[in-house]
Amino acid sequence: MKTVFVTGASRGIGKSIALELGKDYQVIVGFSNSKDKADEVAEEIKKLGGESLAVQLNIADRNSVDEAFNLIEKTYKQVDILINNAGITKDNILPRMKDDEWNDVIQTNLTGNFYTSQRAIKKMIKNKWGRLIFISSVVGISGNQGQANYAASKAGLIGLSKSISKEVGSRNITSNVIAPGYIETDMTSFIDDENRENIIEQLSIKRMGMPEDIANMVSFLCKDESEYITGQVIPIDGGLTT
Amino acid sequence: MEVNEVFDKVKSLFEEELGIDSEKITMDAKLEEDLEIDSLGIVEVVMAFEDEFEIEIDDEELTDVGTVGQAVNLLHSKL
Ligand SMILES: NC(=O)c1ccc[n+]([C@@H]2O[C@H](COP(=O)([O-])OP(=O)(O)OC[C@H]3O[C@@H](n4cnc5c(N)ncnc54)[C@H](OP(=O)(O)O)[C@@H]3O)[C@@H](O)[C@H]2O)c1
Repeated sequence: MKTVFVTGASRGIGKSIALELGKDYQVIVGFSNSKDKADEVAEEIKKLGGESLAVQLNIADRNSVDEAFNLIEKTYKQVDILINNAGITKDNILPRMKDDEWNDVIQTNLTGNFYTSQRAIKKMIKNKWGRLIFISSVVGISGNQGQANYAASKAGLIGLSKSISKEVGSRNITSNVIAPGYIETDMTSFIDDENRENIIEQLSIKRMGMPEDIANMVSFLCKDESEYITGQVIPIDGGLTT
Repeated sequence: MEVNEVFDKVKSLFEEELGIDSEKITMDAKLEEDLEIDSLGIVEVVMAFEDEFEIEIDDEELTDVGTVGQAVNLLHSKL
């Protein structure tokens, strides 16, 4: 059975991806602080007859990424499918943005995914099979006020993924980006009812997105049958970016 | 380990990992031109060497390695 590593799987979109993939793969539930929540996700997968393990890491720290991979490889040999999902926001308008706000978001959302992908790709090359999926954002395509740092990090993932797809295509490894729109998670819980209505107004499908909307696409891209889809950016946003 | 033993191991790794025809694998064979190993192929070979010989190879050590013989000598010097 193939092994999947989902970063940021303790909550939100990552949790939904982990539960969906738990039906077909061994799933490593990555988390940074929420150990109890991550353990619950792993337990839920096991209850449904799957195999799972929660692993702590800070994707922004290379040593921490290395330690997590060492631990995973001890138990499961290699990561066949990497879902780069963990991400943060530190919003501010450009004239007020602090260096820390810029650096933290770039280091976590962009550089962190460089660390995890580099670490995973070597075994995939050796195996001549692999899947990399990056959870970017429509904000990386369209930009957003107050999110220059976040948009830059998410746009950066598109360049990273497209380059990887060209480097390793000859080894049956695909790399794709999913760009979610507004999805109901902790990250969007600050949006009040009025703003929510305004957002839904702009969409073709008149509801907020659910984590499962993303998880279904991830599951599809992981399959052998999806081997001809690579280097792509797939928005899942209810029609926001048409 | 003798140089010729290292060569034999290297030869079988090239055959197994990269599916290279054993007749082509001589000490003088150039990795890129004669054996048509691309840059990812070199990464694969290095990983296979590291596992097989239980050593670590830095990227800098590879700058002067262009032939099978040079690879064999590098490995021999590290054992
Ligand atoms: N929600 C949306 O509307 C939306 C839209 C577009 C894109 N996205 C993207 O989708 C991804 C998931 O979003 P979400 O809404 O599910 O977020 P979320 O509910 O805030 O969850 C974030 C997850 O990332 C983990 N994480 C944060 N920093 C980390 C670090 N340094 N190292 C390792 N793990 C870390 C968290 O772990 P802990 O629980 O342990 O803290 C958590 O599991 C993010 O990349 C986000 O940018 C979300």
